[in-house]
Amino acid sequence: MASKPKLRTGPDEAVAEGMLERRHAVAALLGDVDDALIVTGLAGSKDDVLAITGADCPTAFTLSGAMGAATAMGLGLALAQPERRVIVVTGDGELLMNVGSLATVGVMNPPNLSIVCVDNEHYGETGWQESHTGRGVDIAKMAEGGQIPNVRTVTQDSELAEAAAILRAANGTSFVLVKVAPTKPPPIHRSRDASWHKARFREAVLGRN
Amino acid sequence: MSDAPAWQGELYDLLREFDVTQFSYVPDAGHKELINRSIADPEVESVSLTTEEEGVALQAGAHLGGAKSVLLMQSSGVGNCVNFFSLIKHGRFPFLTFVSMRGDFGEGNPWQLAMGKATQPVMEDSGITCFRVETEADLIPTARAACTMAYQAEDAIAVLLTQKLLGAKAFSTGGES
Repeated sequence: MASKPKLRTGPDEAVAEGMLERRHAVAALLGDVDDALIVTGLAGSKDDVLAITGADCPTAFTLSGAMGAATAMGLGLALAQPERRVIVVTGDGELLMNVGSLATVGVMNPPNLSIVCVDNEHYGETGWQESHTGRGVDIAKMAEGGQIPNVRTVTQDSELAEAAAILRAANGTSFVLVKVAPTKPPPIHRSRDASWHKARFREAVLGRN
Repeated sequence: MSDAPAWQGELYDLLREFDVTQFSYVPDAGHKELINRSIADPEVESVSLTTEEEGVALQAGAHLGGAKSVLLMQSSGVGNCVNFFSLIKHGRFPFLTFVSMRGDFGEGNPWQLAMGKATQPVMEDSGITCFRVETEADLIPTARAACTMAYQAEDAIAVLLTQKLLGAKAFSTGGES
């Protein structure tokens, strides 16, 4: 019989020994984001970013639908604002849904674009089903195969600082896959009105709506 | 410079007049001139996509950053975009696409018929206004109206370049691709 996913019914209550806690890891990777324009994936990765920026941050555009859109949206933003640092923070499930976007980004190679994939190896919003990455699929290799020049995989605390420096260096697109424990930190409330967030984002970036 | 119909060059000039700086596409013969002009033009980004929905998200990101973007695709690609149209509709993002039609007037490949017939209803159900162009004389006035609605009124518009305009792709009776 062909392989099946491992059964899991919910998140881990605590971070297992030797694993990274997602909010700590994302905060360490992003560093100071005052100068950054951010696009996030859904749910967990959105909340990881809002935990750093605050829910009212105008320059963080957070998806609550259109799963798979974050990377291409970040690309459009990075090309439109070449002088600004643009960061996409998304999850393994979101990125796998449109993994070809890594190839589109790779051939364009905008130097101001960084992508962080928070890989908890599960679909945390739909019942903690195991994702492909829990079964050996390596999105960092896909990013490398997509010609993104600066790619790192981070699995432990000691690797965060170097990966953070790569994300900040503007010598080509960077991609960091960070393996994190399958825990569920508290969600952060934010309006899901994308039109309102769009208007605030443009006001902050362009000085007009 | 090319053997493409004159309207294709005029359409590129029109898009540049509206300050479009991001041309995204999955290659298609009906858009060949626009694609090649975007590659040759040092003032614009020419974004080759792996699948059409990337171009929908790209436009939303471009708008966040204050740039104008256009998606060039074939009707079969419209089906790939549907979930991402929710980003355009819910976020009220401006959106402009030029769709070269297959599966309509004179189509010889039966594989193209289903998506060809579904293209306009699917887009309209997703909140996108469609303008069909059947003659060369109608192309530039329609494209100008579409650009005005998308880039000034921030509406979502698709211009469908029909097979009456483009001509149906010729197949031998044994018909391969």
